[in-house]
Amino acid sequence: MPAPTTTYTRKTPGGRRITEPALVRWGLTAIALAFLALFLALPLAAVFSQAFEKGFAVYLAAIREPDTLSSVKLTLITAAVAVPLNLVFGVMASWAIAKFSFPGKNLLITLIDLPFSVSPVISGLIYVLIFGRQGWLGPFLEAHDIRIVFAVPGIILATIFVTFPFIARELIPLMESQGKDEEEAALVLGASGLQTFFRVTFPNIKWGIIYGVILCNARAMGEFGAVSVVSGHIRGSTNTVPLHVEILYNEYNYTAAFAVASLLAFLALVTLMIKTIAEWKVREQLE
Amino acid sequence: MPIRKIITFLAALSLAVTTALPAFAAGDVTLLNVSYDPTRELYQDVNTAFAQHWQKKTGQKVTVKQSHGGSGKQARAVIDGLDADVVTLALAYDIDAIADKGLIKPGWQKELPHNSSPYTSTIVFLVRKGNPKKIKNWDDLVKPGVSVITPNPKTSGGARWNYLAAWAFAKHQPGGNDTKAREFVQRLYKNVPVLDSGARGSTNTFVQRGLGDVLLAWENEAFLAINELGPDKFEIVTPSESILAEPPITIVDKVVDKKGTRKVAEEYLKFLYSDEGQKIAAKHYYRPTSKKVATKLAKVKLYTIDQVFGGWRSAQKTHFADGGVFDQITGATK
Repeated sequence: MPAPTTTYTRKTPGGRRITEPALVRWGLTAIALAFLALFLALPLAAVFSQAFEKGFAVYLAAIREPDTLSSVKLTLITAAVAVPLNLVFGVMASWAIAKFSFPGKNLLITLIDLPFSVSPVISGLIYVLIFGRQGWLGPFLEAHDIRIVFAVPGIILATIFVTFPFIARELIPLMESQGKDEEEAALVLGASGLQTFFRVTFPNIKWGIIYGVILCNARAMGEFGAVSVVSGHIRGSTNTVPLHVEILYNEYNYTAAFAVASLLAFLALVTLMIKTIAEWKVREQLE
Repeated sequence: MPIRKIITFLAALSLAVTTALPAFAAGDVTLLNVSYDPTRELYQDVNTAFAQHWQKKTGQKVTVKQSHGGSGKQARAVIDGLDADVVTLALAYDIDAIADKGLIKPGWQKELPHNSSPYTSTIVFLVRKGNPKKIKNWDDLVKPGVSVITPNPKTSGGARWNYLAAWAFAKHQPGGNDTKAREFVQRLYKNVPVLDSGARGSTNTFVQRGLGDVLLAWENEAFLAINELGPDKFEIVTPSESILAEPPITIVDKVVDKKGTRKVAEEYLKFLYSDEGQKIAAKHYYRPTSKKVATKLAKVKLYTIDQVFGGWRSAQKTHFADGGVFDQITGATK
């Protein structure tokens, strides 16, 4: 959500203007910046400096290694399936929640938030418990030769679960704050439900959607815990980029580990940039 | 963004996804070898050599895929459905756990020579260059002021070997018995500042974070660490006695029968016993079981787990189960 613009000056109930002393203002800003530098900028710089420690050629070779390329491919496939599915779900759920009232609405909101409150390891384990060989559906899947866990479908399922709330959580407050006047007007003028959605609701929330998609995508590509549980760690077939980074690091292959990690860091930077633009546009849409 | 553009984008994306999925050529065969942490480099070499061997023999192309992780965790994954054709784990107990679920025939360990272990290893010490604490043997580890790095035997296969090696050493000292061995091991764990969950984690603690005076490690791990991280920083100390670690291998019957890969999987395991396979193992600092293949590793008096502990199941139950000896002695040190 966009934060309200900060002002240093405010009025007391009596109407007298007070201003924080300059020292306090600059001091607080300096502390915040130092904190950011220490916890964000420094690690980011470390990732890139380690990645390029042995030169650009070594960096490129690390990225072009077949196992690395396959992990990048798997990560892209996973995000390409998980994000659109969560987009469709997220938009439908937030539309239903923000524009209609129905019994069980609060339960639905709680369920959408569930993946936020569950540890990713548990999110992975539930799929092993359901689809694993010893799991509920294990014998059925085995009889029909369907593989879910320790294969690509399991990785995608776990990723969908973990990234489930991102888009809905972004859209619900936005749509609620926009109210339903415009939709009601459209319906009164004779628009159908779908027309109302695509002509009226969608243009109002498109930047919110982009904001949600970008966050969802970042998490889908970066998820470690849940994916690690269902992956099986088969080199060249079920390792995603974050898993591959850990493996490279554990193999004393520090330069390659940081080179691959720099891909994720780069993704984070791009995400941040698009997110800032989207945030800005969302604010415009609200006004 | 107009809807049409989004739809075109999604369509293009799904097209990219479908074309990106690997296509399998008919007649090729793929095996999955589920192994423990330190064997990656070994099996990379083995797999290339085996692919050539199999192609020469049958004309068929074989790809062996690898999965590595903590031995216990890997066994768990196979039990839960990871489709391993063969498992090559750190200790027999973990394969027993898979056999208990009916995926592997009971008595698997008698199927292949040397308790189904084509190569063996042992536990050695990695110390800092120049050996500043003068660590020569197991009894130097319990001296005050010596900091020992070893992972948690509850989660790490290698750590269990470390623990049992220390126990076996103490028991075989003049006047040694189980009570003395227990005291010895308890004193040793008093010198351990941190218990990582896996062997590689411990190596990183010792090497990267610079903690501890000595790392208890797989012999091949110790050599790998020296080769990868510089012989100018560390050296290996081989104790006078240690434990014979037999990392066993076997076929996962249920998987190979379903996939129809039994023949090639059996040949893969046999290949590990062949001269070529044994040479590769020796190159990666494992101890070959074949007398024909030379090893550059130092001679050590090695005790077997059957001799000292009556086998893995019994060792596991007495020492590492909840409330077992390890829990008791570490509880007492707290």
